[in-house]
Amino acid sequence: MTFSICKAVFAETPRVHFRFRFLRIKTIKTMASKQENGGMEDRQRRRDLKMYYGLENGDPETEGSVQHAMINSTDPCNLDGANFQPQTYLSKLIQERSLTELMDEEQKMVKDIRGLDSDMQTLVYENYNKFISATDTIRKMKNDFRKMEDEMDHLASNMSAITDFSASISGTLQDRRQQITKLAGVHSLLKKLQFLFELPARLNKCIEMEAYVQAVRYYTKAQRVLHQYDHMPSFQGIHTDCESIIKQLRTKLMERFRQKESTAKQLTECVDLLTQLGEPAESLCDEFLSHAKQKLDEDLEEMKTQIKLYSGEPTPGQEQRPSHAYMNTGMDVLEFVDLGCNGFLSNMCLVIASYNDMFMNRNMTDESLDTIALRKLVLFVNELMEQYFNSVRQRVQLEKETGDNTILVRALDRFHRRLQAMNKLLPDTDFSRAGTEIVSRGARDRVSHYLQSLKQHFADCLTDIRQNLAAPRLVGKQDNTARLSELLANMQSSVVEQIKSVLGNLQAFIAPDITFAMKPYFRGPFCSQDVREGLVVAFIKHICITCNDFCEVPGDKTTSPPALLMILSRFCIDLENASISYLLSLAEEQFMVEDRMPLTSTTELFAMAKDTGQRLLNHYVKVQGLTISQMLRKSVETRDWLTTIEPRNVRAVMKRVVEDITAIDMQVGQLYEEGVRKERSSDSSRRTHALSASQQNRRPQWNYAPSVDNSLMSNIQKLFSEKIEIFSAVEFSKVSVLTGIVKISLKTFLECVRLRTFGKYGLQQIQVDTHYLQLYLWRFVSDENLVQVLLDEIVCSAVHRCVTDKAMMEPSVIDLICERG
Amino acid sequence: MEDEAPVIYGLEFQARSLCAQEAETESIRFLVGTQSLRSENQVHFIDFDDENSIIKKTIFRHRDGEIWNMSASTFDSSLFSTCFNKTSDSKSEMRAAVWQIPNSDMEPSSPGGDDSSSAHPHLNLMCYLEAPSEESSGRADVRSVLWHPAGDSQALIGICEDKLVCWDLNTASSSAKVTSSKNVEGRGHSKTISGRWNPHHNCQQIATAVDTAVKGWDLRTMSPVYQIESAHSQLVRDLDFNPNKQYYLATCGDDCRIKFWDTRNLAQPLKIISEHSHWVWSVRFNRFHDQLVLTSSSDSRVVLNSVVSLSSEPYGHLVDNDDDEEANSDNEREGGDEDSLKEESQEPPKDGVIATYEEHEDSVYAADWSSADPWTFASLSYDGRLVINHVPRSEKYKILL
Repeated sequence: MTFSICKAVFAETPRVHFRFRFLRIKTIKTMASKQENGGMEDRQRRRDLKMYYGLENGDPETEGSVQHAMINSTDPCNLDGANFQPQTYLSKLIQERSLTELMDEEQKMVKDIRGLDSDMQTLVYENYNKFISATDTIRKMKNDFRKMEDEMDHLASNMSAITDFSASISGTLQDRRQQITKLAGVHSLLKKLQFLFELPARLNKCIEMEAYVQAVRYYTKAQRVLHQYDHMPSFQGIHTDCESIIKQLRTKLMERFRQKESTAKQLTECVDLLTQLGEPAESLCDEFLSHAKQKLDEDLEEMKTQIKLYSGEPTPGQEQRPSHAYMNTGMDVLEFVDLGCNGFLSNMCLVIASYNDMFMNRNMTDESLDTIALRKLVLFVNELMEQYFNSVRQRVQLEKETGDNTILVRALDRFHRRLQAMNKLLPDTDFSRAGTEIVSRGARDRVSHYLQSLKQHFADCLTDIRQNLAAPRLVGKQDNTARLSELLANMQSSVVEQIKSVLGNLQAFIAPDITFAMKPYFRGPFCSQDVREGLVVAFIKHICITCNDFCEVPGDKTTSPPALLMILSRFCIDLENASISYLLSLAEEQFMVEDRMPLTSTTELFAMAKDTGQRLLNHYVKVQGLTISQMLRKSVETRDWLTTIEPRNVRAVMKRVVEDITAIDMQVGQLYEEGVRKERSSDSSRRTHALSASQQNRRPQWNYAPSVDNSLMSNIQKLFSEKIEIFSAVEFSKVSVLTGIVKISLKTFLECVRLRTFGKYGLQQIQVDTHYLQLYLWRFVSDENLVQVLLDEIVCSAVHRCVTDKAMMEPSVIDLICERG
Repeated sequence: MEDEAPVIYGLEFQARSLCAQEAETESIRFLVGTQSLRSENQVHFIDFDDENSIIKKTIFRHRDGEIWNMSASTFDSSLFSTCFNKTSDSKSEMRAAVWQIPNSDMEPSSPGGDDSSSAHPHLNLMCYLEAPSEESSGRADVRSVLWHPAGDSQALIGICEDKLVCWDLNTASSSAKVTSSKNVEGRGHSKTISGRWNPHHNCQQIATAVDTAVKGWDLRTMSPVYQIESAHSQLVRDLDFNPNKQYYLATCGDDCRIKFWDTRNLAQPLKIISEHSHWVWSVRFNRFHDQLVLTSSSDSRVVLNSVVSLSSEPYGHLVDNDDDEEANSDNEREGGDEDSLKEESQEPPKDGVIATYEEHEDSVYAADWSSADPWTFASLSYDGRLVINHVPRSEKYKILL
């Protein structure tokens, strides 16, 4: 075992290792001692060796297999087996074999022994050499190690020596180091000082070179130090020098800042530097704004002079040559707004933008500064915008002429757009409200202006009609008849056309390409309040009011001609019937008026127009009735009825009355429909018959009855007839109008007759006159009975007022006279 | 609380003239004169018993002619004047006379001496009122006679078409003496139609309606004081002074309107009422409550207007409140005041028509308030119908309470 280990050791590490030196020696010693033991031990040993080397002498196969079998069997007769028992083997051999075989066996055995012995000898010899060389190697190794150890010791001693040295050096250098540091500090301080001493010169140089940024940087660097050591005279000198230079610098910067032609970038730089130099930002803001203000003021001034020029005010201190004056008539509103936009507004935008650049969102150090700056800006902008708005407002108000307003609209539009752009620039403020207000004001002014012109137009129409009516009638009455309806038609169409054209003009305000037109806060009020209410409704109301005024002229004889009243009345009725709804729907359609709630309803206007028409017609009846009754009254009052002569003719005044009523009839007939009559009698013969019949019925009563009965009879008659309203409202028809006029005339006739005293012939004259009236008036009235009743009453009253009894004229004579007249 | 029904009294003849018996303050009395050319005219003396709504009439004969206008004396209830038309075949003239109602004591004796022609007594003629004229005929037509409103002098004024005449009446000697006369001819043929004596300013002014104008006269100088040119667009028929408020004047005319004027400012009327549909013939303020204005018109209507805004009691019943205060005890007084205040705030008095009376069927030429009862008035239409009416109770209480 020990042997195999050694073998392995040596196989593996053929080099000598001094640690195995002793082990090898010991193993060899034991091996040698054991070799001298009995055959048993030898054999075992040999087997082991063989196994180890794998060497089989002879035929390895058989021997091997045999050996194998031997080894594996516990047969004590196997020579090579572990359990070999020589005695047993020998006994067995002797028992089984013959003598020859024994002899052979013995020879073979001797041979084997011999072979084994030589093998063993060779083996020992071989291994012995190896042991010798191993021992040599180990000895050599032992020598080498010893040398190495010595060198190591030497190294260790050297190291300790170095350590000692270094410790001693550092100990000596300790205090010197602090000194060096101090010296370095002094050096840098000196450097700074040098910088300070050189500072004024440097600054000067910088300023000379206009390197203001550099200068400011130097200064800001040094400033604190200078300030700190201000109490030391030398520093103070530098400080003052610097101060003066910086002051110079500052003034230079300020100059540049104030220069008009400095660019925005330069300005920004200036402001930057100035703030760095400790100039308070607020005053800079102020400075900047006041600087900007000059420029803007110039723009505003320009606008003001334009307004003055336009409004025709003489500009003071300017010699006005004719040509010059012509040149200076002022620009139109579009140019004006352009001037405002391009001059004032764009400058304003520039100012705001550069202001924002300069002062806003930069000084992170001071939050409050930002707000202050913003407030300043807003104040500034508001003030100037106020002025600007005033100018624009004035200018827009000056826009008076009626014509086309596209220019105005475009001007307003531009103005509005520009303001919105402005809004974006300065988000906290809202100029568009003020702007829109100006725009709507302008629009409203426009509308009221149009209303004014419409009113004027209406008045012109009225004057036209008046003149037409007053114009001498050139060709007979036939021409005259056609005229009224023509005048009416003219007036209607011209008024409607005028409104239409005005609406058309106003549509420019809500054209789709106009920005403000789309804004609900402009569009809503403009369409419903201004256009519909302010223009159309107001105009209709104006018409009604103007017409009503015609009815309210108390006691003035020089009032409007009745034909005018008639035309106006018809005009109002037509308004009610068609024009109002047409105009309103036109306006609503064109302007897309939506909410109707707070608006004047059409029914209200209808009622108004109808009422006006009614009043005008009533007034017409009154006026015409009055002229006729005046005629009748004068004729009754001025005559001496007591001593008049026997009637031969119808009095001229009666003919005149009939003529006038006929004329009125024609006049009314042109404008109003016929109307309804009560039981109209077509042929005059029936009527004459009826009249004579009724007269015959009455005649006995007049002739024979005493006056008491007479009045009783008339009272009874009245009981059955309705009360006649004299000045009552009339319907919109010719017959009704004529009836009204006839009623008024006859009632006057009656009252006048009652105030007089009649002689016989006076009464007869009244009889003739009334009969004549009856002959001609029946056809004008709705109810001929009415004429009859009134005329009867006149005759009756005349009878009462007659001094003599039984003075009535024969009806046949009356007929005769009337026919003749 | 129904209103009393109107009392209607019919005359046989047509009639135009009506007046209240001014000097009578106890009972409601009216005088009506008939207008008939061919029969004898009468003066009806109407005594109205308000409580029983009974009319007591006495008819007197007026022989001289048809009566166009009458007015009662303000100082002697038995006296009145008439303007009458005396016609002959060839001419008619307007004359005026002062009459005395025969004493009722004499009445029993007169029936004995009655002629068969008439059962009615004659009026006693006090005197004729002669208006001198430059023309040869010697007399001018008198259209109406005015009595001194305060009744403290026996002066009369005659309104002629073209002149004003003043008489001094001497009742003792039954004579009237012309004290002054003034030609007032305007331009053209404008004739004076009617006139009223202003009860204010010491009764020194009268106003006349001339055509469409109204003129004021100072009686001391007989010169015009003021003039309302074209007061109405047509003839001015009548006018009346507010009895309680000086300077205030109402006019009416053929333009169917009633206008109220302040004589200090004549440029514009204070108020215009147009409630009638034909000529307005008379306008009368109530003597006691001047917000009540009575008008009559030839549309045969009588209209009672309330013109509180121009009255002397624009706030209603302040005067009455004072009376109440005196009557009430102190405790009740406060309550009463509060009540009245409440009423006022509830119903602020408004102008407007109180009532329209349609009892007439012919033109109503005259209407007058009773001098005794503030709530009663009479109206007379041409067909001879006299209607006595009352202010509606509701209105009456509104004014009183």
